[in-house]
Amino acid sequence: MHNIYIYILIMALTTYAIRVLPLTLIRKPIKNTFIQSFLYYVPYVTLAVMTFPAITQATQSPVSGTIALLLGIIVAWKGASLFQVALLCCIVVFVLECFL
Amino acid sequence: MKQLQKHKSNFLLGLKQGFPIGIGYLAVSFSLGIAAHHAGLTAFQGFFASLLEIASAGEYAAFTAIAADATYFGLLLATLVANARYFLMSCALSQRTKDDLPLRHRMCMGFFLTDEIFGITIAQNGFVDPYYIYGAATASVPLWAIGTSLGILMGNILPLRIVSALSVSLYGMFLAVIIPPAKKNPTIAILVMVSFFLSASAAILPILSSLTESTRIILLTLVISTVAALLRPITDQSTTQSPA
Repeated sequence: MHNIYIYILIMALTTYAIRVLPLTLIRKPIKNTFIQSFLYYVPYVTLAVMTFPAITQATQSPVSGTIALLLGIIVAWKGASLFQVALLCCIVVFVLECFL
Repeated sequence: MKQLQKHKSNFLLGLKQGFPIGIGYLAVSFSLGIAAHHAGLTAFQGFFASLLEIASAGEYAAFTAIAADATYFGLLLATLVANARYFLMSCALSQRTKDDLPLRHRMCMGFFLTDEIFGITIAQNGFVDPYYIYGAATASVPLWAIGTSLGILMGNILPLRIVSALSVSLYGMFLAVIIPPAKKNPTIAILVMVSFFLSASAAILPILSSLTESTRIILLTLVISTVAALLRPITDQSTTQSPA
């Protein structure tokens, strides 16, 4: 069993290091194309991997999670804000699970 | 004196523009609190975890790892991968700060570098005034921490149906971050689809499915991003754009 406060400390320090090191140390843009490209793609890949199939397992019924995913993609594509997309996904699941 | 006035008005502007972000944070961090509850955190611990990390995907990855009783190094890796984008944002922000901005301001600004605060900050004209970021953080970050605690406390009391609905808000937020850039950049659109497909496959395939969820996330992220960087290296200034 691990200590929860050490867990929290690791979360905090790791995140802070990522956020603050470039800002304090790097005054010029990264030149290496591979590293630049890799870092550019990482956020999208990691968020996509985290979203699916997890969203279909988070809900009580996989059907409602899947429909929330599809509608979420559509409204995000059409330019809805972060808050709007999140809210819509919640409402979709809530309404659907009243019937499912 | 004039400088002080400017800092004050930028702080107030940050407060004003940060508040809607805070409202969104309250809802999203509530569902994060549910994940924290699953990982066994108390409301007190969740409050500080959120206050000290301020990252949706990062905290979610961390809570998933903690729930699986990951090693300390495993948690470090999960946090590193989920938050790697802040490294880029920090690089981008460093290009928008005055060279003579004192170290203490750089160290404070970095702490509050969330997707949303980065988004509104980079949308400002000219060099970044750290006081604008402090204003935005003051209006939003406390709500992020409070929402997490509320999620931990109330996630269990609320009817299952409402918890089920709220649990997708985080994924909705992830979609809002990845879909607009996918619309503009076909490579990202393909990457998102490939990631969805491989992630679903890895959850079923032998060996891969026996790994923990957080290990699978790290592994898939490293492999897919490496292949993408090799096949489609970026050439323009796209890295300085906000993914949020």
